[in-house]
Order: sequence, then C-alpha cells, then structure tokens
Amino acid sequence: MVKAKTPLYREFTKGLWRENPILRMVLGTCPTLAVTTTAINGISMGLAVLFTLVMSSLIISLVRKQIPNEVRIATFIVIIATFVTVADRTIAAFWPAVSKSLGPFVPLIVVNCIVLARQEAFASKNPVGRSVLDALGMSVGFTLVLLILASIREIIGSGTWFGMQIMPPTYTSWMVMVLPPGAFLMLGMLIAFSNWLNAKLEK
Amino acid sequence: MDLIIIFISAAIINNYVLVSFLGICPFIGVSKKLGSAISMGMATTFVMTITAAVAWLINKYILIGLHLEFLEIVAFILVIASLVQLVEMFIKKVSRPLYEALGIFLPLITTNCAILGLALFLVMKNYNFIESIVFGFASGSGFTLALVIMAGIREELELARVPKPFQGAPITLIVAGCLALAFMGFAGLI
Repeated sequence: MVKAKTPLYREFTKGLWRENPILRMVLGTCPTLAVTTTAINGISMGLAVLFTLVMSSLIISLVRKQIPNEVRIATFIVIIATFVTVADRTIAAFWPAVSKSLGPFVPLIVVNCIVLARQEAFASKNPVGRSVLDALGMSVGFTLVLLILASIREIIGSGTWFGMQIMPPTYTSWMVMVLPPGAFLMLGMLIAFSNWLNAKLEK
Repeated sequence: MDLIIIFISAAIINNYVLVSFLGICPFIGVSKKLGSAISMGMATTFVMTITAAVAWLINKYILIGLHLEFLEIVAFILVIASLVQLVEMFIKKVSRPLYEALGIFLPLITTNCAILGLALFLVMKNYNFIESIVFGFASGSGFTLALVIMAGIREELELARVPKPFQGAPITLIVAGCLALAFMGFAGLI
C-alpha cells in the first residue's frame, strides 16, 4: 500500500494542477468546449459536475467491496446516471434559464470521461474520505479551468463578465470567440500555455 | 425533401464534432491515422443509426407511454451500453472481416457522448421514426467526415515542426478550430 502514504491534502491538490483533468489529461473536453460561452454557464456546469462526481465517488467508495468486478462499469454508470438525473432535474426546476443554455450537456455528464475515470481509477479502490477528497479536487480543478476559459471567451467575445459590461462601449467584440471555433482555439492555447508553464516550473 | 434537409443539416451544418461539440474524445484520440479514423467513423455511424431507431421506440412507447420521462438518462445509457455489446456479438458472428476492421472501436463507442447526445437530441426534436433514422445516419456521417478530414490533416502535421508546448492535444484543438471556422461557412445553406 504505497497509496496510503500520500498525505490527505495531496488527494485534493493533485486535481488542481498536477493531474488537472482538462489541462493535463485532456478529459471531458466536450462540455468544456460547449458550455464555456459565458462565465455563468461555465461555473454552473462545473458545479453540476462537482455534485455528480462527489456524490458518485462517495457512494461507490462506500459499496466498493460489494460490487462484483465483472459488472462494475455498468454499476458505476447507473450510480452516476442517478446523480446526473438529480442534478439535471434540480437545475431545470430552480434555474430554468441556465438549464436551457446548457442544453443536453447536463445529461451528458453521464458519459463525461472525468467522472467515470475517477470511479474506475480511484473511488473503487480507496476508502471514503480519500475518494471524496479526490473527487472534490478533480471537480474543483475542472470548474476552475471552465471558469478561466469561459471568462476569457466571454470578455473577448461579448465584452461582458458574468453579464456585466466590463469592456469600454467602443470595444468591438470578437464574435468568433463565442462561436464554436473560438472554443477550440482558446482551449488549444490554454493547454499549450499550461504545458509551457509546467515545463518552466519543472526546470 | 424533408429527409434531405434533415440529412444536410445534421451532417454538415450542425456537424456533431465541429459545431455541437459531441464526440470530441474520439475525435482527438483516434484521428492520428486515416485508416483507424475511417473504421471508427464507420462503427459510430452504424451504432448511431441503430441507436436512433431504438431510442425513438423506447422514448415513444416506454418513457412517454408510461410517463417515465425523468428516467430518460438512465434508460438511454443502459440501452446504449447493451446495444453496443449486442452489435459487437452480432457482427462477430455474421461478418468476421467487419468485426476485425471495427475491432476495439466498438466498445469505446459506449462512452462516446455523441451517441447519448443523439438520443437526447431526438427526444427534443420530435422526429417521426423514419426521420429519426435518417437523423442518426446523418449525424454519424458528419462525425465520420470530421474525423477523416482531421486524420488527413494530422498525417501531414506529423511532418511539420510544431513548437514544443503546442505538440499533441493543443495543436489538434487549434486545427479543429480552423476546421470549425471553415464549417461555419455552411451555416445558412438551407
């Protein structure tokens, strides 16, 4: 058990940078690209993933000894799908506008590789406390990247941030940033920047 | 005529990968070689067409019929997972060469968000049975188109000298951005 020696806080912090799901592992790119047109959307998506990931990790790590190995993936998916349904219905009930702008991407958290990957790689092998911390770290890391990407796109693309006008009125917004191509370009730049920064830090 | 419009709009104008952002993982992961891109595209189109038909039936007769709409996520993901297994076993029995060509790509499709996305889109769009199948096939074709174009570009990209931080995923995403820009030109086609 080498794993048991890692200090608890490490399980949380690794998701923020060293094993950041988007920047380092390039997982979960579909929602990242699709919902980051405004900062509000980005953070709502991040919170929905946070809820799903933490709750699924909690439950799966509680029942990890009862799940037969052969059907574990199916079990994970059913548990994840249950929490996604809860998140989806809650958002639709309380924040209909957000639910409308996120479209099918809340239900699609089910097939988000980040969620399943954490269950398979971590929650199914580790005790409850560690699994929840790991899930928290990963989803906070995910949310932060979503927020950064969404902020950049919203500010450049429509001159606003969380709906507030922050660019001078004379600013001509770059429409392309809020359209699909802008998402691909900006995420590419962001990952390249994190690669560059990482190489600098390691030196 | 309606069917042609559905086809063009799903395959090109609302291209799954480049406009709706579905199925980005295989798009980045499997687009290194032209051969595997074509196999992956074929496998996905195949599963998508069948999923469209099955999802339509399930939605109409089970979910709406029994007022269980809130179960759509759980129902669809289970159906897709078992469908992929079934298709795999069926192809293995019926056509060995096809099975070998699609090979490892079939199981991967289960976690492809494009398939679940397709089922969810169908629920929103209120298509009839035939329209659903055309929509599924068109979406798959659009996915294949994007994948094959990307693989062609990436094979050339191997020869280019890309700056170190941009190697791998970043340059792929940036190329995809340029492609998406090109696909925006199709908007307004219909």
